[in-house]
Amino acid sequence: MNTKNKRKDIVEKTMQGVFFTLGMVTIIAVVTISAYLVLNGLPAIREIGFFEFLFGQVWRSTGTDPSFGILPFILTSFYGMIGAIIIGVPIGLMTAIFLAKIANPRIAAVVNTAVELLAGIPSVVYGFVGMIVLVPFIQQIALHFFGIPSGANLLSAILVLSVMILPSIISVSRTALVAVPRDYEEASFALGATKMETIFKVSVPSARSGITAGVVLGVGRAIGEAMAVMMVAGNVSNMPELFRPVTFLTTAITRELSYASGLQRQALFSIGLVLFCFIMLINIILNFALKRGHKG
Amino acid sequence: MKSMSNTKDMTMKQWLHNKKRRSYSVILLIFIGLCVTVAVSLIGILIGFILYRGLGHISWEFLTTARSALRGTIGILPNILYTFYLIITTLLIVLPIGIGAAIYLNEYATNRRLVRIIEFTTETLAGIPSIIYGLVGFLLFAQGLGLRVSILAGALTLSILSLPTIVRTTQEALRTVPLSYREGAFALGATKWYMIRTIILPSSIDGIITGVILAIGRMVGESAALLFTAGTGYALVTNYFQALGTSGGTLSVALFVYATEHGNFNVSFAIASILVIIVLLLNFSVKLVKRKLRKVK
Repeated sequence: MNTKNKRKDIVEKTMQGVFFTLGMVTIIAVVTISAYLVLNGLPAIREIGFFEFLFGQVWRSTGTDPSFGILPFILTSFYGMIGAIIIGVPIGLMTAIFLAKIANPRIAAVVNTAVELLAGIPSVVYGFVGMIVLVPFIQQIALHFFGIPSGANLLSAILVLSVMILPSIISVSRTALVAVPRDYEEASFALGATKMETIFKVSVPSARSGITAGVVLGVGRAIGEAMAVMMVAGNVSNMPELFRPVTFLTTAITRELSYASGLQRQALFSIGLVLFCFIMLINIILNFALKRGHKG
Repeated sequence: MKSMSNTKDMTMKQWLHNKKRRSYSVILLIFIGLCVTVAVSLIGILIGFILYRGLGHISWEFLTTARSALRGTIGILPNILYTFYLIITTLLIVLPIGIGAAIYLNEYATNRRLVRIIEFTTETLAGIPSIIYGLVGFLLFAQGLGLRVSILAGALTLSILSLPTIVRTTQEALRTVPLSYREGAFALGATKWYMIRTIILPSSIDGIITGVILAIGRMVGESAALLFTAGTGYALVTNYFQALGTSGGTLSVALFVYATEHGNFNVSFAIASILVIIVLLLNFSVKLVKRKLRKVK
């Protein structure tokens, strides 16, 4: 009996240790990823120079006189994000309002399924359809109005990104809108407000932080997306303009990593580090927005 | 909704004698309707278009052969196999870790600060874009561990990438197991590990399965993280252990390669429609599991 108990005790202790170790894996993973990016990203920044790297306007990685300035990529990612927000947020927010406050359950279920499918479609599929449908269409416009013979540009990328960020905006904002206390809305009705007035002047403002979280989550997706953007943005290291082919932070890495060597390769890791810093910043904002949401 | 219709009479009156407010409401309602139509028709058109252009190019030969430069034919059997191998390998790695981490968080952890840190790092992992995973996986697994560009390196990368999904869904499932189950088990003299093994895990299995399906969905659609870790290989390798060491492109990666490097749009559409069908099936099965879950409760 005693030895059996002892063995049980050992098993218990071992399992507790095992689960503790497994619990630590996510921490180890984040620390390892950060450490690897910093260690591999810093050398090139040091060699090129911090300001030359971040604010240099020319990226010419393969020439005899190479130049590694990533300002075009940073600005492109930034403009791409802003563009996706301008188009994606109204559509996403209105759909969330429809789902949370207007639609009857059956219609809401159909729309919801559509949104879930939108989230499940692989990014290469978005990129491919963008390449086949959107790029030729934009090319017509670009050629007609600006005399630019290419449709693979910032505008195409923005349009694809705005579709891709819809699911995160819709589902997070919807949850926030559903969680608005009924009392608020009823008080508003009692004061004689119409349904639309109630939604836009009571429900939406009180779900503000949740909606912000949804938008920030979408922003994270937009900045981090690589493949879909790679297929529609043209991948030329231009300073961003709506009808010019451009390169994002993500696609700058994807485009050259397979053949890069030496300083060029290290510079790609540095771009990864910059991208990682942006994402961490967004994560912190997201955390902040969510926490404020929980406190009400 | 019901409480809103109670106030309808009053709001109707308001509408009638206040034109400005009325048009405000109507315009907003039309705008909302427009946005919803755009969102829903987008997905409808997208799926319809892909299936319409792709299904015709799927043949038995296409699904069951490898690409042959000699005959000039294209088959995606290797890509299907690589996708399959990658999912299996990733699940073998991530399931024990992810479920274990969730069990630690929910059943063992007493230090609330540590729990908060683990949850924060899990959120952080979920927010890191796949291209960063690809970059680190390439540095760490393909080069650092000397695995080269291979299915195993890809699976290790995907394991970290899908870890947050597994941890979060398992944690949610564990939370739904009533506290009384645990108390009952302890009262009968069960040890903690015995209780977890025989009561907690079986009662939360449906939730865990939902998480696994979601994770599979992400793996099937993943490309940026795999391009430089699992690579773009298309040779037919039927031996699983041999495949672990070779470079292999999954369906999504193959779609990217055929669309951008070969410009072969028929093959790309065919692969895209297969991916869409897989997404539809996975979505459907998540719904089934969830419905079953609701019935049991």
